[in-house]
Parts: sequence; structure tokens; C-alpha cells
Amino acid sequence: MNLLRELLFPLIAVVAAFIVGGILILIIGDNPLQAYALLFGSALSWPVGIGYTLFYATPLIFTGLAVMVAFRCGLLNIGAEGQLYIGAFATAWVGITFANLSPWLLIPLCFVAAILGGGVWGAIPGVLKARFGSHEVINTIMLNFIAVALLSYFTQYHYKTPGDPIMETVPIGSGAHIARLGKVIHGLPEFIPLNVAFVLALICCGLVYLFLWRTKWGYELRATGTNPSAAEYGGISVRKQIIVAMTISGALAGMVGINEVLGYRYRYYDGFSDNYGFTGIAVALLGRNHPVGVIISALLFAVLQRGGIPVDAFTEHVTKDIVQVLQGTIILFVAAEAFFRGPFAKFGLLKR
Amino acid sequence: MTEIFTISLIWSTIRLSTPLILAALGGMFSERSGVINIALEGMMLAGAFTAAAVTYAVGSPFVGLVAGMGAGIVIAAIHAIACIRYRADQVVTGTAINILMIGVPGFLSGAFFLSSGSTPQIPKEHLIPWTPIWIAVLLVPLSWYVLYKTPFGLRLRSVGENPEAADAAGVPVARMRYAGVLLSGLLAGIGGAYLSIGQSSLFTRNMTSGRGFIALAALIFGKWRPVQTMLACLLFGLTEAVTIQMQGVVKLPSGEDIPVQFIHMVPYVLTIIVLAGFIGSSRPPKALGIPYQKER
Repeated sequence: MNLLRELLFPLIAVVAAFIVGGILILIIGDNPLQAYALLFGSALSWPVGIGYTLFYATPLIFTGLAVMVAFRCGLLNIGAEGQLYIGAFATAWVGITFANLSPWLLIPLCFVAAILGGGVWGAIPGVLKARFGSHEVINTIMLNFIAVALLSYFTQYHYKTPGDPIMETVPIGSGAHIARLGKVIHGLPEFIPLNVAFVLALICCGLVYLFLWRTKWGYELRATGTNPSAAEYGGISVRKQIIVAMTISGALAGMVGINEVLGYRYRYYDGFSDNYGFTGIAVALLGRNHPVGVIISALLFAVLQRGGIPVDAFTEHVTKDIVQVLQGTIILFVAAEAFFRGPFAKFGLLKR
Repeated sequence: MTEIFTISLIWSTIRLSTPLILAALGGMFSERSGVINIALEGMMLAGAFTAAAVTYAVGSPFVGLVAGMGAGIVIAAIHAIACIRYRADQVVTGTAINILMIGVPGFLSGAFFLSSGSTPQIPKEHLIPWTPIWIAVLLVPLSWYVLYKTPFGLRLRSVGENPEAADAAGVPVARMRYAGVLLSGLLAGIGGAYLSIGQSSLFTRNMTSGRGFIALAALIFGKWRPVQTMLACLLFGLTEAVTIQMQGVVKLPSGEDIPVQFIHMVPYVLTIIVLAGFIGSSRPPKALGIPYQKER
């Protein structure tokens, strides 16, 4: 029953958002059923559709986990966007600077760089909150813009191929490339950038679960989130937990760089993130701040992202902006869950 | 260095500060009533798109401006209903609105103008380059007066600081908060409209490019007070004006351009510093972000 309730409201929110989107599509004179058939049909077709959907899901699993860990500590990390950029640049920097190292050494170093980069950028608002009490929401928003400006500077002035009109760094050494799954999965073409980072994302889901629910440290972090004053009274240092949670959160966001830089573009590309950090908030929220929920909702948002492309191309009026419309509406409905709770309680369908 | 500090710099500072002042003062009414508003960006986008689309369709920029305000209010109403009535998390709702408003203008312009996210060009005689600037100029003393010298302002501030006490004194908490959030939508809508039918002559995809967040930064830097907030907006407008004027004019001694990225960071870095309490302290309204539930 408990599980059912956990699943019920996210499901209602998604269905409601699709209904709202459907009405909008109807208003502008297209057939919503045709649009949705295109969306799901293409995103779930084997092998290209599914390959890309899983590739798009990878960064969303990382950012979803990032937001989730902070949320379990009672913090809202709006800064995954900045943290993932810093992580991506850090991993690219190692891949460029130590290009000649053996892959056995270079790839782990690149992983560590992504994790450290994101972790440090996440730790800053954690320290600011723990030390000065300044709100993490404002600071993470500000740090997003600072990260973008800083990395745009380094890309433009220090790491770009001279004369390249595109804002991207020089390529990383080939020793830092991680394998695409097309190499091992039969029937999956290798041009699809789905790579080892996807497997890493799933492993991280397991690790986050073990950490939060099976270790003393995870317990302390969650206790801080549930009731900070009780946690403090019970001998847990709330300030320390805030810094730890934000650091882990940032590190998880930074791992987006592994997928993007080491598995896909093989360089740092300025402004690559398609709002992954913000979508991560939706992923965590819809996934009820649980690793399994994060995987499921990351897949859903990835389906939208992949499916938006054919919808744009093959309907008369509907553009791929429908994806943002659906995403925004889903978060709105998940956030304002009481909107659905009301009618359910009225008809006695839900007892609390 | 002197060639940058000219009349044209002052003029460009005023033009760049205007949308910030409008949105930031809007945000002030919302946040002083206790509702966090990180959706200023989305509200500005709504105002910018609607103003441009309506001005193009009707041919009257004043109708367009009013429509832009209306669009801001509609988006604000979504935020208000979710946050006040359904006690949704205010930051999450704001994020949802920002994502939604990246999509909606593109979605509608795809349908109505068969474009990928922008409106058609509006003829020059249908633009209003001055009206929003005057509105912004008048708004600063007006919002100071409303906030500090009228019963409405007192009530608004009281529900943001201590809603229980305000409620006990007979102030309708929810209604005051609705008023605060809707005002923020109206003002951010004008700010957005200025971008599309004042400063330029069409709506382009994501044309606010973070100005809603700079306005939010200015609001915090200005300690949630009207005059200080205006000064913060002017400062942030000035930094943007300087970057534009400097490009290609001022060089480092080594002959290279000065990287504009560092000037772009100024508003954000200043906000973090002031929020941490290094330059005076910036204290938010006490009940900011906390939904209010009447005792039963």
C-alpha cells in the first residue's frame, strides 16, 4: 500500500502533464495522439531510439542523484548545472594535459578530476551555508553563472585551438576515451554515443542507496534532513552534514562530465548542458528522492528529450519545445501534489 | 580608459538597468510577502513574448505592453496558486515555471508564426523605447511609498516577517501573498516587454538570458529594499554596459582584449559576498519560503 501511494502521485502528475500538453497541441491544431505516438515510438525503437534514450538518461541519473542526496539532507541544490560544467572541464583538462599517459592511469585520473571538480564546486555553497548561514539556493544559482563565465574564459583564452570558431577546447588524448556500449552490445551501432558512463551511473545509484540507508554516515545525513535540531541534539554536527551532503551532491553532478567528455565529444564543449542540472531537480522530485525512482524518472525525461526531435520534424505545428512544456508541467504537478490530494481525500480514496 | 566613460555609457547603463529594476522591484513585492520568487526569469520571458506577439498582431505597442503585463500576471498566478494554496515548495515551483517558459514561447511561435522560437520583426514606429524607462523611474519612489507608508505595505511586510502575528491581527495572509506574487508578475512582465518591444524589435528565443536571475541578485544585494535594489540594478547594468563598450576598445598592456567573462561575474560574486555578510548583512524576510497554514 505504501509503495502504491509512492507511485500514485508521480504517475498522476505525469498523466496530468500529458493531458495538459495534449490540450495545448489540440489548440494549435495538431493531433496529440499522433504527436505522442511519434514521441514514444521513436524514443523506444531498437536500437537507435533506445540507444539515444539511454545516452540522454545518463546525465539525468547523475544530476537526479545529486539533487536527491542534497534533498535528503534538507538542502535544495539548484547548482548541479554549474557543478557538472566544472566537473566536465576538470576531466577535459586532465585528458588534455596528461594526454600521453597510459589509459590505465589516465582514465581513473580523469574520473577523479570530474568527481573532485564537481565536489569542490558543490562544497562552496555547503561551506557558505554551514559557516555563514547564507541560503544555498541563492548561492548555487550565483555559482552556476560564475562557473559558466569562468569556463568560457578558460576555453576561449587558454584551451581553444587557435582560429577555431567553435567554443570548444582542443581534443583530449585518445587514452582518455572510454568505451561505447556499441562495442559490446550486439546490434547496437557504435555511432550511438551511449557509453560506459551509463553503467557507472547505475552503479552510483546502488552506491548512493547503500550510503544513505546502510551506513552510519548516511543515517546522520538523513537525520539532519528530517529534523536538524533533533539531529544536533543527538550529537550529529549539522554543519558538517551540510558540507558533506553538498560535496557528494556536487561530485555526482560532476560525473556528468565523464559521459560528456570522455564518452561522447572527447573535448570540453562550452555550454553543452541541455539544462541537465535543472532537469535533475525534476528527476529527483518525480523519483521521490529514491535511487530507483531516479532511474525511472531519468528514463522518462530522456524519452521526452529523444522523442521531441521527430515530433518537431513530422508534425505540422508542434516544435520540440513541447518537451520543456511537458517537463515544466510535470514538476509543477509533482510540487503541488496537494492539488490532487484534495479530491482523493474527498472521495475517501486516500487515508493518511 | 576615458573614452569608455561617456554619455553613451550612461545611456546604455539606463537601458540595461531598466528591465532589472522592473523585475527586481517585482521580486521585492513577492519576497517581502514571504514567497520566494526565482521565477522572475520565466515571468520576464512571458512578458517579452506576449508583448512582441500582440504588438505584431494588433499594431499597438501599448496594447502589447498591457498584454505583456497580463502574461506576467498569469504566470505569477500559477506560482501563487501552487505556493500559497497548495503549499508547494516555492523554489521547485519557480524552477518549473522557468523550464516551462523556455518551452511555451517556442511552442506558440512555432504554431502561430511558423518560426523556431522568435516573433516576426515589429516595425520601428510600433516600438516603445521610452515608456518602460519612465515606469521604472517612477516605480522606485512609488514602491518605497507603498511598502513603507501605506497600510497595504505594512500588511505585506507583516505577512512576510511573521504571518502568525499578522493573522492574529486580522491581516488576510493568503490574500496579501497573492497580491505580492501577482505584482511581481506584472512588473516582471513590463521588464520583459521592454526587452522585446523597447530595446529590440522582436522576441527571440531565451532573450532574457539570465536577467531574471541578475534581478534576483540585485534584490538580495539591495537587501530587499527599493532604493538599494535600484542602486544594485544600476551597478549591475553599469557592469554590463562597460563590458559592451570595452569590447575591442580597451586592451591589456600585452595588446589582448580584456576578458569580458570576469566582468560578467561581478554581480554574482558580489551577491555571494553580501549574502555571507562580508559587506554589511543582507537579511531575508523571516518567513520567506515558508508556506503558511492557518491554525484550525
